[in-house]
Amino acid sequence: MRESSVQRWNLWSGLITAVTIICAVIWAFPLYWAVVSSIKPEDEVVRPYIELWPETLTFQHYIHALTATQIGTWYLNSIVVAVGVTVVCVFTSMLCGYALSQLRFPGRTTLWWIILASFMVPTQALIINHFELIANLGLVNTWIGTMLPQFIHPVIIIVYKQFFDQVPRDFREAALMDNASEFAILFKVYLPMNWGVTTALSIVCFIWTWNAFLWPFLSVTRTEMMTVTVGITQVNDAFGVYYARELAAAVLAGLPVALAYLLFQRRVTEAITLSAGIKG
Amino acid sequence: MLQDRRKNLLVALALIAPFAAIYALAFAYPTIQMFRISFTSAPLIGAGDWVGIENYTRLGKDPLFSRAVWNTLYFVALTVVPGTLIALMIALGVSRLAGRLQALVLALFFLPYILPVSVVYLIWDWTLNFQFGIAMHVLDWLGIPRIPVTKSRTWFMPAVAWVTIWWTAGFSILLFLAGMRAIPAEIYEAAALDNASRWTTFSRITWPLLRPVTALVLTIQLILQLKIFDQVYLFSIGGRPNENMVLVYYIFNKAFQQNQGGRAAAVAVTLFVIIVVVSVLQFQLLRLAGRRRQ
Repeated sequence: MRESSVQRWNLWSGLITAVTIICAVIWAFPLYWAVVSSIKPEDEVVRPYIELWPETLTFQHYIHALTATQIGTWYLNSIVVAVGVTVVCVFTSMLCGYALSQLRFPGRTTLWWIILASFMVPTQALIINHFELIANLGLVNTWIGTMLPQFIHPVIIIVYKQFFDQVPRDFREAALMDNASEFAILFKVYLPMNWGVTTALSIVCFIWTWNAFLWPFLSVTRTEMMTVTVGITQVNDAFGVYYARELAAAVLAGLPVALAYLLFQRRVTEAITLSAGIKG
Repeated sequence: MLQDRRKNLLVALALIAPFAAIYALAFAYPTIQMFRISFTSAPLIGAGDWVGIENYTRLGKDPLFSRAVWNTLYFVALTVVPGTLIALMIALGVSRLAGRLQALVLALFFLPYILPVSVVYLIWDWTLNFQFGIAMHVLDWLGIPRIPVTKSRTWFMPAVAWVTIWWTAGFSILLFLAGMRAIPAEIYEAAALDNASRWTTFSRITWPLLRPVTALVLTIQLILQLKIFDQVYLFSIGGRPNENMVLVYYIFNKAFQQNQGGRAAAVAVTLFVIIVVVSVLQFQLLRLAGRRRQ
């Protein structure tokens, strides 16, 4: 009696596990299908039946994307914008988070509430005035113009403050005894103790910026200034109605972020959970 | 002592200044401008005349605006609750796995979330392609006639909603998994000793303890989906953007395609207010969730 219920339990467990794995494979299948289609010759792509692996494997679509389209330029734009935003955003947020966490100054509580409140503002509502701003500054079709509104991620300050709050006070007091300046304490004590969260936040900030669509789409009108995520959808004649070429471009556009995720899986998931306000 | 406090203030100012400068320029100023020009007849760039609340009252008479509101609400209805339920079921399945297998399965579910929306669009545009898409082969097998999904009035929103769920579920799954990990193992051990059934364990332990996380996921989803633009815009290329109008699309259309900054700003302010209200709600839930876990 007991034994059979244990067996049934195991059967159920096995079944649920199998269903989960099958669902995961189906879930990720469109990704696989896009990649496989991009390494088939164009005439195989449009065959009326499903072939899970190409009959003739070819990289011609990638060569076409890299040599005959502007994807290289878009890549450069994306890298400059994403790295620029990440460096400026993480650095300024770290300084501000440190001040909020460790220093006592008039207006501190007000600043904290302003940052918490900004967390709620939908940047989509600001597109008109962001555009007006960069137009007045003459920054349409420039890297800086594409970067400017993306420099602010209040959540990064919030996460930094939480982490700096957790550093034991003894470290700070010992450093102050040695007459260390606040900058020295931040860069020699607090930052090294929080390298983990700094890397995690930098990676997700890079991913967010790389993936941004609406603002880079609006801030640029010239094709040679587009980021790769915008370029691959806006310049139709670059790929024509060649499905495989389009998919090869999609794979190239997604590759850096997919790699960043696969290489730093734990850090990325950690930072994403943190950004939702939950400590994982 | 006094000198110390002054020094402290200067250091604090130096640390905050870079952020404050960017914030004032790229955040505070545009926000104030948004409110201001929503009461004027300004074009996209440049000044306009003061028109009071006319931009707001005209919205009520604009059929395109009401379509944008309805489509946004329809999209929210199609994504928020269904997406959260799907993510919860996946998270329950993934949480039972262990070690490398769990990491692998989680990665398969999570990978779409990490991709840019334009890549997600191209992948699904190809998958749903009327002539060659693999989804159409599946329909053929099932004996259902093929549907030109992105050109169809009936199926456009459900299809975009499904793509959105596929794209964003990974995030909700992560939050659910974090919530499940926070439930102490002893509770499950006690339940096992009492020979509690699988369903009892779920309905009496897992589900009640996950309620704060569920509320959080629902509000995050709600805020995210109210701001829908990218997918609708991309799938409407070469289709019927006016049929598929949503709120952010309306802002884009009025400001950037019709050069009516003031009227677009009125919609932006409306969206802004809705989202701030929902976010305040979310903030309260977060505090509640934080208190529960301690």
